[in-house]
Amino acid sequence: MKHLLSVDDLGAEGIEHVCSLADHFTEVSQRPIPKVPALRGKTVVMLFFENSTRTRLSFEVAAKRLSADVMGFSIASSSVQKGESLRDTVATISAMGAHAMVVRHRSAGVPAQVAKWCDASVVNAGDGTHEHPTQALLDCYTIKERLGTVAGKHIVILGDIKHSRVARSGIKAFTALGAKVTLVAPATLLPPAVESWPVEVSMDIDTVLGDCDVVYGLRVQLERQGEALLPSLREYSAHWGLTVGRAKRLPTGALVMHPGPVNRGVEIAPEVLDWPNATVNEQVRHGVSVRMAVLYLLLHVDTDKPVL
Amino acid sequence: MAERERRRTPPYGGVFVARTQVMTQADIKRATWRMAHEIVEHNQGSNDLVVVGLQTGGVWLATDIAAAIGEIADTDTTHEKPPCGTLDVAFHRDDIGLRPLLPQAPTKIPVHLDGQAVVIVDDVLHTGRTIRAALDALNSYGRPRTVQLCVMVDRGHRELPIRPDYVGKNLPTRQDEMVNASRQGVDIGEVHK
Amino acid sequence: MSPKLASTVIKGGLVVDQTGQRQVDVVVQDGYIVGVGPDLSGDEVLDAGGCVVSAGFVDLHTHLRQPGLEEAETIESGSWAAVRGGFSAVVAMPNTNPPIDCAAVVQEVLALGAKAPCDVYSSGAITVERKGEQLAPMAEMAELGVRLFTDDGTGIQSAGLMRRAMEYASGLGVLLAQHCEVTSLAQGGHMHEGEWSSRLGIGGVPAEAEELMVMRDIALCRLTGAPVHFQHLSTRGSIAMVRAARQGGLPVTAEAAPHHFTLTDEACAGYDATFKVNPPLRPLDDVVAVREGLGDGAVDAIATDHAPHTPDSKERPFDQAPPGMLGLETALSLALGELNLPIAQVVGLLSWQPAAIAGIQDTHGGPIAVGRQANLCVFDPEETWTVNPDTLASLARNTPYGGREMRGRVRHTLVGGTAVVADQEMRS
Repeated sequence: MKHLLSVDDLGAEGIEHVCSLADHFTEVSQRPIPKVPALRGKTVVMLFFENSTRTRLSFEVAAKRLSADVMGFSIASSSVQKGESLRDTVATISAMGAHAMVVRHRSAGVPAQVAKWCDASVVNAGDGTHEHPTQALLDCYTIKERLGTVAGKHIVILGDIKHSRVARSGIKAFTALGAKVTLVAPATLLPPAVESWPVEVSMDIDTVLGDCDVVYGLRVQLERQGEALLPSLREYSAHWGLTVGRAKRLPTGALVMHPGPVNRGVEIAPEVLDWPNATVNEQVRHGVSVRMAVLYLLLHVDTDKPVL
Repeated sequence: MAERERRRTPPYGGVFVARTQVMTQADIKRATWRMAHEIVEHNQGSNDLVVVGLQTGGVWLATDIAAAIGEIADTDTTHEKPPCGTLDVAFHRDDIGLRPLLPQAPTKIPVHLDGQAVVIVDDVLHTGRTIRAALDALNSYGRPRTVQLCVMVDRGHRELPIRPDYVGKNLPTRQDEMVNASRQGVDIGEVHK
Repeated sequence: MSPKLASTVIKGGLVVDQTGQRQVDVVVQDGYIVGVGPDLSGDEVLDAGGCVVSAGFVDLHTHLRQPGLEEAETIESGSWAAVRGGFSAVVAMPNTNPPIDCAAVVQEVLALGAKAPCDVYSSGAITVERKGEQLAPMAEMAELGVRLFTDDGTGIQSAGLMRRAMEYASGLGVLLAQHCEVTSLAQGGHMHEGEWSSRLGIGGVPAEAEELMVMRDIALCRLTGAPVHFQHLSTRGSIAMVRAARQGGLPVTAEAAPHHFTLTDEACAGYDATFKVNPPLRPLDDVVAVREGLGDGAVDAIATDHAPHTPDSKERPFDQAPPGMLGLETALSLALGELNLPIAQVVGLLSWQPAAIAGIQDTHGGPIAVGRQANLCVFDPEETWTVNPDTLASLARNTPYGGREMRGRVRHTLVGGTAVVADQEMRS
């Protein structure tokens, strides 16, 4: 595998492979000195055209624990501000000798474009409303850690699915591993042609929550409030949010997941996030292991050298 | 498993076909006991001793060595059974980049290694590169007081300045031969593609 | 008495025009057709063996980009692309910078067009700066010969304003052409809204954004009695409405672009903005509907919507790249190869039907007869070729057909009696 642009690049087998490799990196992270020399001499560039804290830090930590050199690139201080084209930016960084580029951009498809323009391995760290494959991987890893398996589980995804790359990647990964996925959202936040997706759709949050293994809350994108997608946040949390009342009716052992950052009190009640079945921080921790696994898989063999 | 073996055995291709048995099950057992005694003798007991088996070939021997030390310890109250860990050195190897190289089995180091006497255990010592990787890996777990090496078979052809402290059997071999060691015995043979 | 100019004979071709088809030679002299018949001769011979000889094609929808975006295309380079594609006349769209919304810009375009290898007609904007707020001075532009008005690139959003424009235009004897797109539905969209946009995470434009405006303008046509021309129709619903309106006797006409009968929205899967166009590529059912519309006469003309863009701009992220694709040099081949229509019908869709809509039927679109201006196209309907973006005459490279094998190729193009393309070579 040269790039990770979409969950489709992995398939069920690939996801399982990443998860089992992530186990080894979880062990590495628990060592007194959590660092291995595996990617010594490799350069990983963080090409973040969109603001991000947790994903960027997570990839940086992952790369550093593998002893890779990390180059940062932030839009505020770059020539993109001076009008440099995306392709020229990529060419410049490529010329410095990057082995991997971790790309985030607010436009769908940019990681795929970058992959066409350079020799480096490209990891999609979130492109517009398209995909965020490493998030889906860490979510699968978290579910496996907690529930043993993803297959056969009923995962309810709640919130702004239309604009969510997390949901797109998550749905692909969960269903590939054999989970049943139900989407719950007001129709304005459902994607077009949702009937072509391998999911069920429900408007009845209370019934669905009574019969699920995982409830996955998505962030309400407050920046989209101008688009008249919702009458008000108050109405949203009352009708579509995971309130304390609703959380109490969840089956025993059902997980409450969220990719972060959380709008406390909008999509999930603050108390619920502190419950033992809420996995928000675990997801962040697993993110490092999974991203180490992805970087290692992409970079540990020089594909241009013959295998001994 | 030693460097060359790892390269040729699945998943890197080939099937091992035994030609000659050079150690029997009984030989293995005797050598294990002898090395356990040597370890206890050399370290003046089993205090602060940690046995670490290299994944995957060294783990059975490490388990047996630790158990044997434990039994010796039972007969002498100043000694006790040492903790036994496992180590997969994939991420520390010097041939990352040259071939697909993935960890095969879990790493579990049960104690902090600061000030401990660590005995690395592997089945076959060959080029020494696996041991080099293991020495590097151990650094992540602390600073051992001393690190010693225990192998069932030393087949020669070293590529690095590494020598074992405890050896089950010194076995001269050809480069193209392969050595397979298990509780059931040690065989020399070839890999057939 | 001035010496007669040399004559050119087009030998051995099958002449196809609105009067039928016949195996005859055509002699051209002094800009006009001077002979049509068997076994004719002339000073210069253009071989048309195995070829069809038709009227030069007329493109109702060409973006020549001048003034304002000369790095993507100029009137001259776009005209060369046109004649390479068999077109002897093009109607330049007004979304230039400045837009063609007053006599001064029309004059500039016509002056530049006079030096171009094909006949360049200017359209005019319906509203000032194409903003959809205030009517542009259509009468002063009509005086300069502008016959087609459009705000192409955007539709007139206000029904009231469109009504006024239609009423005003009908008094001038000019035609309004509409780019049908309801902005409030299309906003934030960069491809067809459907399964693929959903999967790719690209904002979608629903078919209804086009269809609502087609529906509205048919109603306005009924109200005002003024003719209206629908540009680049792309959905089954639009074409059905236009078909029904014509059957009801309303003066509506329509065009369709080659990419809308050859490519589906799936082409956007690689995030290559070459496939970004407005209206967007639609699913197969709509593609089939466009073909049906061209076949049964619901749609009058094939118009290329030739929209050059610089490589830089097309390399932007999909949602930031400008829409549009090249069309002039591939239109004929696609029509021949993909529509499965008789050659005469294809020629009609490319020549006399658009010529009538553009109001230039006196000089373009045939018939091929003595005394007519010699605007002709000679093409081999069977020759196969592969599209190489680097050898196109257009300055831009944004063809979606790079590497695709095509059937049917222009051999000669004559504009005003001059063979500007002879044996596929451009002659200046």
